[in-house]
Amino acid sequence: MLIYFGEKITIQAHERVRTLLHLLEAEPIAGIRNLHPAYCSLLVKFDPLKWQHEKLEKELRKYLGRLDKVKLPEPRHVEIPVCYGGEFGPDLESVAAAHGIMPQRVIELHSSPTYLVYFLGFTPGFAYLGELPQELVTPRLPSPRKRVPAGSVGIAANQTGVYPFETPGGWRLLRTPLAMFRTDREGLSLLSIGDHVRFAPISRERFAELSRA
Amino acid sequence: MSAIEVLSPGLLTTVQDLGREGFGPMGVSPSGVADPIALRIGNRLVGNAEGAAGMEMTLLGGAFQFQGACVAAVTGSDFSATLDGAAVPPWISFEVRPGQTLRLGPTRSGARCYLCVRCGIEVKPFLGSASTHLLSGLGGHEGRALRKGDVLKIGDPLEAKQKGTGRSARSTGGAHDSNRLQKVAPMALERLAPRKVLRVTPGPQSGWFPKAAQRVFYANAYRVTEEANRMGLRLEGPGLPEGAHGDASGKARGEMISEGVSLGAIQITAGGLPIILFVEQQTTGGYAKIANVISADLHSVGQLRPRDEARFELVSFATARKLLIEQEKLLASENLIVET
Repeated sequence: MLIYFGEKITIQAHERVRTLLHLLEAEPIAGIRNLHPAYCSLLVKFDPLKWQHEKLEKELRKYLGRLDKVKLPEPRHVEIPVCYGGEFGPDLESVAAAHGIMPQRVIELHSSPTYLVYFLGFTPGFAYLGELPQELVTPRLPSPRKRVPAGSVGIAANQTGVYPFETPGGWRLLRTPLAMFRTDREGLSLLSIGDHVRFAPISRERFAELSRA
Repeated sequence: MSAIEVLSPGLLTTVQDLGREGFGPMGVSPSGVADPIALRIGNRLVGNAEGAAGMEMTLLGGAFQFQGACVAAVTGSDFSATLDGAAVPPWISFEVRPGQTLRLGPTRSGARCYLCVRCGIEVKPFLGSASTHLLSGLGGHEGRALRKGDVLKIGDPLEAKQKGTGRSARSTGGAHDSNRLQKVAPMALERLAPRKVLRVTPGPQSGWFPKAAQRVFYANAYRVTEEANRMGLRLEGPGLPEGAHGDASGKARGEMISEGVSLGAIQITAGGLPIILFVEQQTTGGYAKIANVISADLHSVGQLRPRDEARFELVSFATARKLLIEQEKLLASENLIVET
């Protein structure tokens, strides 16, 4: 069952998504198997043996009626060091060229805003971050790369994100040394829905140090 | 503790159980077996709880040497299994003596078969499940498909009993405490056989597709392409008429904002052709979904091979639920498994 909070990506709609997710995690409904939050919708996967559509909808409406009273926890702030360009970011030059600006300006623009983690999807730990500054909005590559190295920072349309694993992908690449998804860490994913994220430009030397750590 | 050595892995063999639900907010899809019915019954045949981990083989099976005595079963499609050269039919439990080798060949029917062993395959669970998630290299045996020389531990009988992963606590099939061999009742097997007509319910964007597009989708057979794996199955056939499909870039029907996608969702891509999202699916997606394969038919998707043809039949949510309840009733029935 899909619950929509509007048909546009807005901070308000996303807050409702997070609030319902928060409430359903705090007070789980037996027979709900999984929750897939996104920009302005929440997919609720349920056990059809336990629930009929109409009955579950009625139950969920009770939760929806309480959203205004629920307070979300304060967002975490996460800083992600990025070594821009060169071998790490093969698309930096072409992105700059596409917008008629210098690569240094792309780095300034990309590392200036505080981004919101709208949701994690695609692969484990892949965070969809928005909004990208208007001047950096760039379409996906015409055809995706077969292999994108883990840790690559990419941009696509008005979104930015970090590839946690070596996977295929069509976003334009910049790059970070941080492990985004690790099984030897409590939280597994570096980022969670609702986090606030900034990118901090670093040197090649610092990149090498962090990669070893 | 007993173990199995992989002499040859086959085309794509992974450790799988029923998957890990509940981690959607982290972007982790459930993974798990492509044909849950085959794994559940296989486990029942060897006296395990239904969700114990087994091996999933794809199109071409492997060869496995058992270090200790064991009770095993091969379920799903017929991969011409032999134990030290003697044929072993599918859907029947059999005893293995130490040192014996089970060999499986190319499939003679559907895409996948399962090897279940008493007490299950033991791997370090990731997020509560033994399932391999190939794309991210997580879960299963070292997060990857099996290779020649891998040694897989079989669960410890005592621990398995305590954890509830071993001998089933179910009342059905009272023969579990003995070594008497069991098989699946032929009538039940017939009713659970994989279907080539997949029943579907309307997808979240089915209303985006005009009548003409719906007609094309439901009237034609679609052929599974070579791009069919645990993440999804790309189909080919008559494309849905232009303008009837939205895509992430918003070329048709305005912007399609990425949203959560469910197992068995049928996306229509920019080219107008369907993709069925499968067990290792991405958790969110930006293509419009015309329909969703019903739960009772998901195991049939797991048995589709490249070049197989499938059709779609629209049913109501109520019918989908009724079919699942009937299927579960059959799976729980005392007559499902009989002694040989």
